[in-house]
Amino acid sequence: MLKYTLLLLMLFFLNTAIAGEWSGYASVESRYFFKDPLDPRQSDSNISVAFQPEYWNDWDNGRQSFTFIPFIRLDNQDPERSHGDIRELFWIKAANTWELRAGIGKVFWGVAESKHLVDIINQTDLVENNDGEDKLGQPMLNFASIRDWGTVDLFILPGFRERTFPGPEGRLRTIPNIDTSQALYESSSEEKHIDYAVRWSHTLGEWDIGLAHFYGTSREPALLPGTDSSGNPVFIPRYDLINQTSIDIQATLESWLLKLEVIHRTGQGPDINATVAGIEYTFYDIYESGTDLGIVSEYLYDDRVTNPSVHPPVIFQNDIMLGLRIALNDTQSSEALIGMIADLDSDEVFYNIEASRRLGEQWKLNLEYRAFRSSPIKDDHILLDLAYHF
Amino acid sequence: MKNTYKSRLPGIVFVIGALLVPLASQAETAEEKGLAIAMEYDKRDSGFLDLTAKMTMTLRNRQGNETTRFIKFKTLEVPGDGDKSMSIFNTPADIKGTAMLTFSHKLDPDDQWLYLPALKRVKRISSKNKSGPFMGSEFAFEDLGSQEYEKYAHKYLRDEVIDGMDSFVVERVPQYKYTGYTRQEVWFDKKEYRLIKIVFYDRKNSLLKTLTYSDYNKYIDQYWRAGKMYVENHQTQKSTTLLWDDIVFKTGLSKRDFDKNSLKRAR
Repeated sequence: MLKYTLLLLMLFFLNTAIAGEWSGYASVESRYFFKDPLDPRQSDSNISVAFQPEYWNDWDNGRQSFTFIPFIRLDNQDPERSHGDIRELFWIKAANTWELRAGIGKVFWGVAESKHLVDIINQTDLVENNDGEDKLGQPMLNFASIRDWGTVDLFILPGFRERTFPGPEGRLRTIPNIDTSQALYESSSEEKHIDYAVRWSHTLGEWDIGLAHFYGTSREPALLPGTDSSGNPVFIPRYDLINQTSIDIQATLESWLLKLEVIHRTGQGPDINATVAGIEYTFYDIYESGTDLGIVSEYLYDDRVTNPSVHPPVIFQNDIMLGLRIALNDTQSSEALIGMIADLDSDEVFYNIEASRRLGEQWKLNLEYRAFRSSPIKDDHILLDLAYHF
Repeated sequence: MKNTYKSRLPGIVFVIGALLVPLASQAETAEEKGLAIAMEYDKRDSGFLDLTAKMTMTLRNRQGNETTRFIKFKTLEVPGDGDKSMSIFNTPADIKGTAMLTFSHKLDPDDQWLYLPALKRVKRISSKNKSGPFMGSEFAFEDLGSQEYEKYAHKYLRDEVIDGMDSFVVERVPQYKYTGYTRQEVWFDKKEYRLIKIVFYDRKNSLLKTLTYSDYNKYIDQYWRAGKMYVENHQTQKSTTLLWDDIVFKTGLSKRDFDKNSLKRAR
């Protein structure tokens, strides 16, 4: 953390001569869980506050820029969920055929909606939200070569970020909880192992294609049974060195989107193959109301074994996702995503509703409802988040 | 009699033909005249290379409540095809940094990508959504896209004086797919071939909205741009005012400023 702080200060003073701009948000979030917890240390509800300012400026006619985004959350129930992170702290230099970015950053790969299978650069900030879309800042050196035949991105990733997990008092966790203080690594350099990734991406007419390879510490840990300092049973995360090759493709054919993500991973027990493949069809401007209605369906496949001490556990191994996306395209940008993921091998169903609406100019209200049927997971909940953006 | 008539016929044809030749331009059909006006408009606006500008969009609902959005806009002229453009949203604050990249085409569907800064995700989106509202405003996406003459079938309707300007009134029917309009009536001023007003008719051919261009300025001695676009929806009584500021032509942008990498950096 010290070296990040030093880097931050250094970049900051370099940039004080140039006026930048501040933006960001502050939010209050509350979750209510409908079922009694399985562990008496857990509770039925929690409330928390978060703050994420953002500093940005550019110079050299927009060819260079600096971004700094710290994040902090304070939670009244789970000390593990009270956490801070440097989401982004980087400098970019853009030239005609290349771009260089150095610092702590965030990179997204992929096309699917129900799961972000190929997205591997950043560690998931799982304690933030179990949808896996919140990420921890990743130290990186990223060189992109931009050519007519596509973009090649090279990544050097010094410094591994451990996945965050809810603590004993938190909901939406494994039983027993995961003790992150005992994390194990395959590499003797542990979290200092330098990871590498390369990606080629290109647009060919209606097709957007990405091919990538990653070598380094798995972002997903296997979970070993163990005990904490007071002798309670816990899972101990173990981070193996893996090689992962991935493909992501989207075809955009008028109202149809066809999507495919495939990974092949070695290094964690038997090889892992996984796929998300799906379609999205949108009815635009229904009855000239401005409203768009999209239908999303995806199939999720993952051939890993169900022993968490060998393979990191996954919920969706042979599942179908069905969803409706509604966007009113009104002044308040009201939108909702209503979906379900059903296991084809059992009665297990996961329900998900996400809705948001702007209030006035600067407030945003988010609602999430998640429920698990015929499932060992007893963490059905509703989440309300009110954010002030500036 | 018959013979005489026959023998004289070529001569008559010749005389009529001779009369017709210098009148050809006046005898052009309404469609040809409409197309000629649109092509002249297109010609006068070509060669601008690139443009950057700031847009302030004020949305007004039936009750008169207002809300404002700031958007940065840049566009690159692509000879022989539609323009490339990027819109970068600055407010509302919750979508700050969201940006849209469009490669427009004359009749083929446009290519379009949306950048979502919270996820750092670049999403290829369908460009079928021509008729939907842009940012909740009364402008549809197709109203703000590039206006190549090939996108429409034209028909000259009449001359009319509007705001003291002699104008051509041309009807145009969109030829691209998924438009929200059966037809539009467009007023071009005769002197400068600028857009003065467009009246839109919806899919049922009912009067939908009127777009008025005003506060024109001439840039680099050649290109006229309206400083204000006001659109009023006659069916919902909502309206939107779009003000253009800091318009700069020929800033030296290249196709590299309109790719997925620059989309992620756009602010």
